[in-house]
Amino acid sequence: MSNEQYRLRVNGSEHDVRDAWVGESLLYVLRERLGLPGAKGACEQGECGSCSVLVDGTLVCACLVLAASAVGQDITTVEGLGDETAVTDVQQAFIEMGAVQCGFCTPGLVVAVHDLLDHHESPTDLEVREALSGNLCRCTGYGRIFAAVEAAIERRAAAPS
Amino acid sequence: MTTIVGAKTRGSGARIGDSPTRPDATAKVQGRFAFSSDLWADGMLWGKTLRSPHPYARIIGIDVSGAWKIAGVEAVITADDVPGQLTYGLISSDQPVFAVDVVRYVGEPVAAVAADHPETCRRALDAIVVTYEVLTPLTDPERAIAGNDDPIHPDGNILRHQRVILGDADAGGDVVVEGEYAIGMQDQAFLGLEAALALPDPGGAGVELFIATQWLHEDRKQIAACLGLSEEKVRLTLGGVGGAFGAREDISLQVHCCLLALHTTRPVKMQYGRDESFFGHVHRHPATIRMRHHAQSDGTLVKVEARMLFDGGAYASTSSAVLINAVTHAVGPYRCANAVIDGWAARTNNPPCGAMRGFGVVQACFAHESQMDKLAVACGLDPVELRLRNVIQAGDVLPTGQVLESVAPVVRVIEETAALPMPPALGDDPMHWPGGAGRTADRTHVQRGVGFAVAMKNLMYSEGFDDYSTARCRLESNMATLKFATAEVGQGFVVIAAQIARTLLGVDDVVLEPIDTTIGSAGSTSASRQTWMSGGAVDAACRAVRERLFEDVASRWAIDPVRLVIEGSDVVDSIDGQRVSVADATEGRRFEETVEYRHRPTEHLDELGRGACHVAFAFVAHRAVVDVDPELGLVKVVQIATAQDVGRALHPLSVLGQIEGGIAQGLGLAVMEEIVIEGGRIRNPSFTDYLLPTTLDAPVVVYSLVEEPDPQAPLGAKGVGEPPCISSTPAIVAAIRAATGRALTRIPVRPQDICL
Repeated sequence: MSNEQYRLRVNGSEHDVRDAWVGESLLYVLRERLGLPGAKGACEQGECGSCSVLVDGTLVCACLVLAASAVGQDITTVEGLGDETAVTDVQQAFIEMGAVQCGFCTPGLVVAVHDLLDHHESPTDLEVREALSGNLCRCTGYGRIFAAVEAAIERRAAAPS
Repeated sequence: MTTIVGAKTRGSGARIGDSPTRPDATAKVQGRFAFSSDLWADGMLWGKTLRSPHPYARIIGIDVSGAWKIAGVEAVITADDVPGQLTYGLISSDQPVFAVDVVRYVGEPVAAVAADHPETCRRALDAIVVTYEVLTPLTDPERAIAGNDDPIHPDGNILRHQRVILGDADAGGDVVVEGEYAIGMQDQAFLGLEAALALPDPGGAGVELFIATQWLHEDRKQIAACLGLSEEKVRLTLGGVGGAFGAREDISLQVHCCLLALHTTRPVKMQYGRDESFFGHVHRHPATIRMRHHAQSDGTLVKVEARMLFDGGAYASTSSAVLINAVTHAVGPYRCANAVIDGWAARTNNPPCGAMRGFGVVQACFAHESQMDKLAVACGLDPVELRLRNVIQAGDVLPTGQVLESVAPVVRVIEETAALPMPPALGDDPMHWPGGAGRTADRTHVQRGVGFAVAMKNLMYSEGFDDYSTARCRLESNMATLKFATAEVGQGFVVIAAQIARTLLGVDDVVLEPIDTTIGSAGSTSASRQTWMSGGAVDAACRAVRERLFEDVASRWAIDPVRLVIEGSDVVDSIDGQRVSVADATEGRRFEETVEYRHRPTEHLDELGRGACHVAFAFVAHRAVVDVDPELGLVKVVQIATAQDVGRALHPLSVLGQIEGGIAQGLGLAVMEEIVIEGGRIRNPSFTDYLLPTTLDAPVVVYSLVEEPDPQAPLGAKGVGEPPCISSTPAIVAAIRAATGRALTRIPVRPQDICL
């Protein structure tokens, strides 16, 4: 393979990528080279949202982004939300409301819900459904995921700003 | 990269009947839970599989020399490199590890490579030259069972033929309705793609496999046979599993991954992409079912006739068991004294089919519920009333002659479903109309329809299978440690196992040991069986440990241990009230028991389909409300109401999760999900072309849990995983029929079936 070398900024830290093939997706590089397996691969064509990450604040499917094209941009993955000792309000709502079964779609959904609520503090039920329609879940039928989003919205509304 | 497989998970909190949070939930929301695809090892290679492009062809030659010329390639293997048994299979060992001489379906493995990078693997596969003599595929299951074609496999073209004959074959009634129904091929479409990491022992003496599977011990048995190793040389640990739904019951990449690791003496990881996944696992059987129902004019069933043809594809997998479920559930949850049922599972050059949630009953239910609606029309009865007139009850005889011994609250599931609130009428916001954001529907064209369906589903394994589960419990210093090989695939067994231990032992801390083959088998996570079977094993192991604890306390107090009970966190003498905390009673002491739990034996069916072949049954009803734009063929499923017979809800939030998730899969089969096959080739092996329900398709679910604990079940609880996806499909189709007046005899219902 070729030996490309570049640097990515992920969750606020600089990461050198060495000896990489230039055809590698951002998803592959995050998972296999940078030790950040939170973004999951389930379709490789941007249909399922399991690999959702933020690139310069925009929600994208990491499987559709060439890693080398993300140089100089701020990349945020699920590992960049909260930390090992503290989960975010959205993550807490997912845990409590039964939104997690197998959990494979969960990191992508958590990133997508953060993106939604950070831009829109009180989305309607239909707006939530529209916003998450790019994130497939095969286990839950989405009912408990909607309940988790609703709980997160209510908690943010109740929290002192 | 870190691996948390094998880490101990400590839970705390609630008892049976509460809904504590899952012990794996925090790691899963943080992206730290290690799925099989997240595993990694130093010096690891990647493995990939070369697959047949033809549905049926003779292999003339395989030239792998081109692959070896590519830098980074470490192994290229074919059938010649399989040291043990050349075939595997769950029921009959008829499927080659790699094709030998002949390929029988598009996607059959022919060779595999290991290399330093996934892209190197892809280039190596491209460089392998396989010369085929293409043969005419057998793709019509009717032709396969007609017997006029040459066998496409040494075992023949019929995987199983089974009749079920009850009562008087000549019985008749005043009313006769008949129909032919077709069910398309559905994919389980779990999100976590097939993945494994194999670590070879020094010198190739054995191998360790981290694998996403439904049944570690069955995998081990088949892998060891193909590797030519004894089972103790093959050690399996459950890698994190991203859903299963039946698709991980058969071997996929397990043997290939181990072979590559043993050949290279290096760790090898294999991971399918979505396209390969469609070829790498079995699917739900497509089926054609003809039924004729005879009834009295008041709607009382007199006789059911059925002919059921299931296309098993190229290899046997579990087709014979799927067929048995279909023929034994052909009448549905209804009393009927006479039945003539004839079922076939055919071998063709189509993709192999096997287990998927509902396992043969999904197909049968779509047919019998469509028939019950026809019968209601013919008798001038409401569909709910017709069903109530025919419901089966405990003590009734099934078509096999088996007496129904399960708790059978069929009347309750029907009446409670019918009583659930209806959704509001169609509103003015076009976003809520069929087609949604496309804004294509015309408000004045939209028709609303309501449909109803009922199902019964067998629980656990059938037909004489020695079905058991093993669990170990250790109690020491106020902490319970549980060990089992039960595959956690997302359903949440890990949370109820801890609830059981807390309830029985009065402890808060429960540690779950790694799920692997260092303890006896738990059986498969399928057939709605783990809550009953592994729940039963954990329950029995905890009870055995509790007896030891009681004996120990009783000997100190010089009393009979039968006087002791657990109350909260204390051991209490039920006669004089003396108590000691479990913490104090277990301090410095250790009690450990390993238990195998078995359900009662079952029988094989004889050639007329007689025999008590099933263990137990669960029942469910669904009511669907749909809005349809008949001009465009667009369907919006507005609401599903359901009452489900669950025995006892051990973790009510998880039960709801199973209900909602199963309904979404039933909705998928009703209106969108189908693997389209043409000439033995899958035309839509991607998530772009195989449509899955999204957040915008999910209906509102209103539900009622019917809790009548089953005395047969160790915890009173019935399995809850499969029923939600069974009668939801025919309920939705009935609702579309009500809205459109169309006959709609095939699923999924496509737009053209409605509008053309």
